[in-house]
Amino acid sequence: MAKIISKINPRSPEFIENAAHMQQQVDDLKTKLEEIKLGGGQRSRNRHLSRGKLLPRDRVNALLDPGSAFLELSQLAAYEVYEDNIPAAGIITGIGRVGGQECIIVANDATVKGGTYFPLTVKKHLRAQAIAQENNLPCVYLVDSGGANLPNQDDVFPDKEHFGRIFFNQANMSAQAIPQIAVVMGSCTAGGAYVPAMADEAIIVKDQGTIFLAGPPLVKAATGEIVSAEDLGGADIHCRTSGVADHYAQNDHHALEIARTIVGNLNRVKTITMNIQPVVEPAYDTQEIYGIVPKDTRQPYDIREIIARIVDDSNFDEFKALYGTTLVCGFARLYGYPIGIVANNGILFGESAQKGAHFIELCAQRKIPLVFLQNITGFMVGKQYEADGIAKHGAKMVTAVATAKVPKFTVLIGGSFGAGNYGMCGRAYDPRFLFMWPNARISVMGGEQAAGVLAQVKRDQKEKRGETWSEQEELNFKKPIIESYEHQGHPYYASARLWDDGIIDPADTRQTLGLAISASLNKPIEETKFGLFRM
Amino acid sequence: MFTKILIANRGEIACRVIKTARKMGILTVAVYSDADADALHVNMADEAVHIGASPSRESYLLSEKVIAAAKRTGAQAIHPGYGFLSENADFCRMCEQEGIVFIGPPVTAIEAMGSKSAAKNIMEKANVPLVPGYHGDDQSEAVIKKAADDMGYPVLLKATAGGGGKGMRQVWNESEFSEGLAAAKREAKSSFGDDTMLVEKYLTQPRHVEIQVFCDNHQNAVYLFERDCSVQRRHQKVIEEAPAFGMSEELRTQMGECAIKSAQAIGYQGAGTVEFLLDVDGSFYFMEMNTRLQVEHPVTEFITGQDLVEWQLRVAAGETLPKTQSELKINGHAFEARIYAEDPNNDFLPATGKLNFLQPPIESEFVRIDTGVRQGDEVSVFYDPMIAKLIVWDENREKALQRLAKALSEYRIEGVTTNIDFLYNLATCAPFINEDIDTGFIEKNKDLIFHDNEQALAGELPMAALYLVLSQEASASIIAQQSSDPYSPWHTTNAWRLNEAHIHQLTLAHNDIEYAVNVEQKRHGSGSYYLITVDGQTVDCQGRIDGDTLYVSIDGYRSHATIAKITLERNTQISLYYQNGVFNFTHILPDCGDSLDDESHGGLLAPMNGTMVAVLVKAGEQVDKDQTLVIMEAMKMEHTIKAPADGVIDAIFYAEGDMVDGGCELLSFVAEDEGK
Repeated sequence: MAKIISKINPRSPEFIENAAHMQQQVDDLKTKLEEIKLGGGQRSRNRHLSRGKLLPRDRVNALLDPGSAFLELSQLAAYEVYEDNIPAAGIITGIGRVGGQECIIVANDATVKGGTYFPLTVKKHLRAQAIAQENNLPCVYLVDSGGANLPNQDDVFPDKEHFGRIFFNQANMSAQAIPQIAVVMGSCTAGGAYVPAMADEAIIVKDQGTIFLAGPPLVKAATGEIVSAEDLGGADIHCRTSGVADHYAQNDHHALEIARTIVGNLNRVKTITMNIQPVVEPAYDTQEIYGIVPKDTRQPYDIREIIARIVDDSNFDEFKALYGTTLVCGFARLYGYPIGIVANNGILFGESAQKGAHFIELCAQRKIPLVFLQNITGFMVGKQYEADGIAKHGAKMVTAVATAKVPKFTVLIGGSFGAGNYGMCGRAYDPRFLFMWPNARISVMGGEQAAGVLAQVKRDQKEKRGETWSEQEELNFKKPIIESYEHQGHPYYASARLWDDGIIDPADTRQTLGLAISASLNKPIEETKFGLFRM
Repeated sequence: MFTKILIANRGEIACRVIKTARKMGILTVAVYSDADADALHVNMADEAVHIGASPSRESYLLSEKVIAAAKRTGAQAIHPGYGFLSENADFCRMCEQEGIVFIGPPVTAIEAMGSKSAAKNIMEKANVPLVPGYHGDDQSEAVIKKAADDMGYPVLLKATAGGGGKGMRQVWNESEFSEGLAAAKREAKSSFGDDTMLVEKYLTQPRHVEIQVFCDNHQNAVYLFERDCSVQRRHQKVIEEAPAFGMSEELRTQMGECAIKSAQAIGYQGAGTVEFLLDVDGSFYFMEMNTRLQVEHPVTEFITGQDLVEWQLRVAAGETLPKTQSELKINGHAFEARIYAEDPNNDFLPATGKLNFLQPPIESEFVRIDTGVRQGDEVSVFYDPMIAKLIVWDENREKALQRLAKALSEYRIEGVTTNIDFLYNLATCAPFINEDIDTGFIEKNKDLIFHDNEQALAGELPMAALYLVLSQEASASIIAQQSSDPYSPWHTTNAWRLNEAHIHQLTLAHNDIEYAVNVEQKRHGSGSYYLITVDGQTVDCQGRIDGDTLYVSIDGYRSHATIAKITLERNTQISLYYQNGVFNFTHILPDCGDSLDDESHGGLLAPMNGTMVAVLVKAGEQVDKDQTLVIMEAMKMEHTIKAPADGVIDAIFYAEGDMVDGGCELLSFVAEDEGK
């Protein structure tokens, strides 16, 4: 194994300046999340507590095995998307250990608009289910929701990836023997009633949980029957009479304990069929990543400095180190698991793309998970490169990425622009998990370039018509475009819309990837059949 | 020497005697009751004879049965141990008549010491010092005052008819005498109608120091030095030590020779103990003589290197004493702590139950355990609830005391409540270490021993929390090693959260007060440190567990504690044996509500196994809060069950004389509020 020798000087002024800049971005992220964590605000939290219910995050904590990690997903979902503030899209999702088993946990936050489903709530719920399905993880739903958000019904109800898909997924996962467990800790109204009804096993909390297709007001309007929520769909009805729920819980803690017991009885064994090694922490402090990433995004740096602060013992065995050097490929270990790393170290050329495709083939054949460290402005442009066939070389890499069946993990550590995003396993290429650093930017091209292209088109039109366009006018034209790209390319904008699975502190990259890779190994790695490579 | 002896006892002393007999090649016969059919002493003996039902008055106290057992097995001698028949002159006489050697003193000696006042008369005649006093009929003030002046102040005036502290008065100097006497007389007159007074020297800080003596049939007598047994509760010894601290060679010789004189005054043979009160000024006064082997004899064995049971057997067989006085030397210091099944926090109420887990400290040249029970045995209501005697030795008192504390902290007993924590607190409290000890020790230092004052838990609470987190890590790593995915980061129990602090939230209870404790786990290189917050106070901790020792650094202060962890139903109890005592914490898990069935809320349960001695109410009767409903007896102690509130007795399930198992519902009770 070859150990990466770091050339960083943590006492240099650049390092200190970079570190301060990253720290400020991480602090900003954490401050925002502090507030999001509080859900629907103090008043609704108090109301929730006064009913004898646990707050959603406390429910998750109580469900987890003592001391278990919780890899929360999409913490910034719906951030500044709707007119109303919908913290975390009113739903908490993530992976945690329950009964010794990695599980997907989906918990409604009833302090946010009664836990109703906004469009991004649906998207976040479906994303959690997709992760469960792709990685073969049991699902535990902590249900406390008023169902679809009625004012937004057109973006919640009718389409393929809308509310109904939740139950479609439950049924299909159950068919694939991925356990579906529902804990009814509040309302499950209308469509929501199908979460427990479609579950393999359902628990309901006395005096708190209700399950019905139509609530008391609708029943009264439809048939004139007057009935209380408890008599209509409480724990006693469903555990003793209807059989809609299977387990009767005294309170939230009791319900969660039953859920833990159920998961403990699932009889699932995670089998690892790869060569694993004891874990060795990196030789360098992961915190130093802060000082390595330049404050000025255009400034290049050696990606190996980052790799050295993520992988076990900072060991990295590079593949084709002397060829296509703008793409760094090589083998390493992370928490003892073998991984293949594909990392940008500059713009993509034909050689780097071919090298990338070759390396992905190696990993797919050897069943080694792939980690993409994405920092890419795009493929090289120009006459010479087009003539050399950069399009077909890029296509080879995209084909390899798209069809490789090994678990793929992508971290956007800098720019993610244009076709570079495709070759480096962007969201469309089904990485099992995709995380962003707070300094990353994502868009079809950089703001400057986009503004430049649009300005060039405009200038051409004007010149064709014989008009003139002053430098100042061009600057005024470009400014809003650059601003818009900057705004839309920001990780908060991306994460709010679930273009990723969350923004992470760069110092947590190793831990986050370790948890994600380990969780993905709950599903045996499939054989890969690649598509045609254009030669 | 005998070839076969019978041991007319049970428990640890029976086992103790068997050990020595075996060493000397003597066969042993045990006797046993129903309850002891599978007891350790029965299993250890070469033969065993069943002598009756479980209550001792139907078995171990039956002289005829014991003698019959000896005759049936051909035992030539009977060792009575302590208690039961050991100081029973009739039994001793029966042995003599049946031609069986009683391993103990002659009948005359037992009889002489049987009556305290007769014993005092004998001793007075033999010039053995008694607590000075005047018991005369001449009640004139001048005479009484003269007696007081002669014995020196302070003195204690007592009404001869008195009791319960009435008519009793301390007089600290001559000038207070007249006034004190008048007041005492007034009080005695009004309380008892009799103002006859006696006066005794008042010992302000007496110590209980006893001398081990041994006499043979050949006019030889030696003393094996002293034991200090001052630490007592309700006249029962708790921790004994030998030698007594602060003894000059001169005083030791004086007391030893005086003890021999006492023994010789009654023609003593065998092992005996002469108990003295030792005053701060070095004067000592005869209290009584015990004509048997004492419970605490092992401390003497440790410091003299002698086996007192062997001496007893040799003397009983007519041999001369194995050593002369000049051959006996004190070597080092020894302590004995008596491990009892009892609840020190509930007035030392004896406890019963099954010893589900029993792990004494490892025995060595420094640590000795005398016990009559094994794991799985029952501590029953029928006999003394002593589980074991823990005896330790080292070259001086300080070291021996450290051994004692360490050994106590390693003693693990589950299933019954024990006094181990109480003993540990006693052994580690400053006055005990500093030899500030007299017979009032426990009463004087109860705050220290029972931790009655709410102690600053600034260090102990974080230690308990840290232990929980560290032991969670340890058990997780064991699970990880057994898994097919051993290096997965999911095995770590660091409460990792994305973009959030990693916080373990724990609820710990100490003395029934619950504390919310936050343990924030932080990385430090490849290790962790912990910020532990209780009541807004945060300390920076690091630590590791090695076996049952927790090594910690709290804000840079390094120390260690021994930890015992017991899981009780859902909750885990942690005992932290630390510098100044033991601290018990309960890790409280979230309340999961009551289970589905309706429990009988009004039921009053028996606190322990015992006998119903009185039922004071009838079904249907209206009772007031705190009214006594029934009285149970267990371990010769009465225990009253009172009404928890005003209400009505619904039903009573036991009658007077019934045996009741601990935890059984005695009666059902409906509180007034509930009824409405």
